[in-house]
Amino acid sequence: MTSLIGWRDQCFQILFVVAAAPLLAGWLQTVRALLQNRRSAGILQPYRDLFRLFHKETLIPEQSSWLFQFSPYVMFGAKIMAVAIVPIIANGLPLASAADVIALVGLLAVARIFQVLAAMDTGTAFGSYGAHREMLISALAEPALLAALFTASLLARSTSLVQIVHLSQIQLFSIHPSMVFAAIAFGFVLLVENARIPVDNPATHLELTMIHEAMVLEYSGRHLALLEWAAQLKLFLYMTIGFALFLPWGIAAKPSLTSLVIAAGLVLVKLFFAVVVLALIETLLAKKRLFRVPEFAITGFLFGVIGLLSHFMLGS
Amino acid sequence: MIMHSILAHSAIISPVLRILAAWMLVLSFALLAQRRLLSLIRLLAWQGVTLAVGTALVGQLTGDPVLWVSAVLTLSIKGILMPYVLHYLLRRLQVRGDVEMTLNVPSTQLLGILLVVFAFSIAAPLDGYLPAATHGMLGIALAAFLLSFLMMITRRKAISQIVGFLAMDNALFFAATSATLGMPLIVELGIALDTLIGLVVIGVFFFQIRDTFDSLDLHYLEHIREDK
Repeated sequence: MTSLIGWRDQCFQILFVVAAAPLLAGWLQTVRALLQNRRSAGILQPYRDLFRLFHKETLIPEQSSWLFQFSPYVMFGAKIMAVAIVPIIANGLPLASAADVIALVGLLAVARIFQVLAAMDTGTAFGSYGAHREMLISALAEPALLAALFTASLLARSTSLVQIVHLSQIQLFSIHPSMVFAAIAFGFVLLVENARIPVDNPATHLELTMIHEAMVLEYSGRHLALLEWAAQLKLFLYMTIGFALFLPWGIAAKPSLTSLVIAAGLVLVKLFFAVVVLALIETLLAKKRLFRVPEFAITGFLFGVIGLLSHFMLGS
Repeated sequence: MIMHSILAHSAIISPVLRILAAWMLVLSFALLAQRRLLSLIRLLAWQGVTLAVGTALVGQLTGDPVLWVSAVLTLSIKGILMPYVLHYLLRRLQVRGDVEMTLNVPSTQLLGILLVVFAFSIAAPLDGYLPAATHGMLGIALAAFLLSFLMMITRRKAISQIVGFLAMDNALFFAATSATLGMPLIVELGIALDTLIGLVVIGVFFFQIRDTFDSLDLHYLEHIREDK
C-alpha cells in the first residue's frame, strides 16, 4: 500500500514538473521584459510556442543520420528521469533510490552528449561550433557542479539525494561556510549550464556568441518543441536541485495528498523568487565575451573547491 | 547565567566568524582575478571592512574592549583611508586601462587553488593550538597571504603590486587576530603606522617611477643597469 502511495507521489511530481516547466520559462521572460521596460508576451507564451511547434511540419536535413531524430527524445527522456530522482516536492520517492547525485550528473551528461552529437551530425558549421563551445564550457562547469554536490554529500555523509535532503531539513546546512561556497558554485553552474546571460543569450542568434541556439539551429517542428521543453525542464531541474540542497524547507516527507499540494505550492513560491533573482542577474550583467566564459566557469569551479576544502578546514 | 550567555554568544558568533573567514578567502581570489585597478581598490576596501567586522566579533566574543578600538582603527585605516589614498594616487597618476598580467586568469586561479591546499595542509596540524572559536582560520589566513603573494608576482603595474602588498598585510593581521584573539594595541598601532608610512613612501616612488619611465610598469626597472 505504501509503495502504491509512493508511486502516486512519483507520478504527481513528474507530471507537475513537466507541466510547470514552460510556466517557469514564461515567468522568467515576463520578469525580464518588465525589468527592461518591454511589454511581455504573457506568462503563458511558452505553452503557445510549444503548441505551435508541435503542429508544425518537422523537417529533417538530408544528410543527417538517425542520431539527429533520436536525440531530442533522449534529451527529453533524460530530463524526465532526472526529475524522477530529485526530491522536488516529495522526498524518498520510489525511483529516488535508483540513483545518487553522481548518477544525476551522469544523466545530465548523457543529455548533453546527445545534443552535441546531434549538432555535429548535420555537418553544418553552426552546429559544429556550437557543439565545440558547449563542450569547452561544460568541461569546466561539470566539475564545479560535482564539487558543489560533493560538499553537500560530505556534510550528509552520503551521496544519496534523499539522505542529503533529509539531513539538511533537520540540521540546517545552509549557514555552514562550505555550503555557502557550494551554493555560490551552484549558482555559477546554473547560469553556465542553462545558457543564461553572462554566458549565452538564448534570445538571440548572433553567431559570434551563441552556444545553445547554434546546436538546435537545424531542428524544427516537434523535435524543436521537445528540445525547448527539455531546456525549460533543465532550468526547472537545476533550480529545484538548488532548493533541495540549500533551501530544503517544505519538501514533503509524509505521504499525504495535502502535504504534496502544499509542497508543490511552496516550490512554486520559491521558484517565483528564484526567477526574479535570475532575471535581475540577467538584466544587470552584460554578456561576456566567449573567451571570458571559461574564466566565469572556472570561478564556479573555484568556489566549489573552496567549499570542499573549507569543509575539511573549518570542520563540520 | 553569565557563562550561559557567553556560550550562547559563541554559538552564534563562531559560525559568523567562519563565514567571514571564508569571505576573506573569496575576496583574495577576487583580487587575484580582477583586471581593473578601480575594482582592485574596492576589493581591498572590502577586505579591510571584513577584517574590522571580524575583529569586532572577536572582541564581542572575548569581551576585550581593546579589540573594539582595534576594529575601529582597522575600519578607518584599512577600510577607508588606504583605499582613498590609492584612489587619489590613481587619479593623480592618471593610470588607465586594465592591469597587465603575466599569466592568464584561469591558470592563476588554478595555481591559487593549489596554494590554498598547500596552506591548509600546513596549518592543519597547528589547529589544536588555536582557540576554539577561531578553529581552522589560521589556514585561511595563510592561504590569503599566499594568494596576495601570488597576486604580487603575477602583476606588472606598480599600483596592483601595492594592492597585493596591502592585501598581504590584511592577511597577516587576520592571522594574528585569529591565532591570538587580538594582539596588544601598541603592536597594532605600530603596524598600522608602518603600513601608512610605507604607503606614503611608495606614493612618492610612484611619481618618481612615472617621471623616469612614463609608465608604472615595473619591468622597465629591469633596464636600469650600472654598467650602461
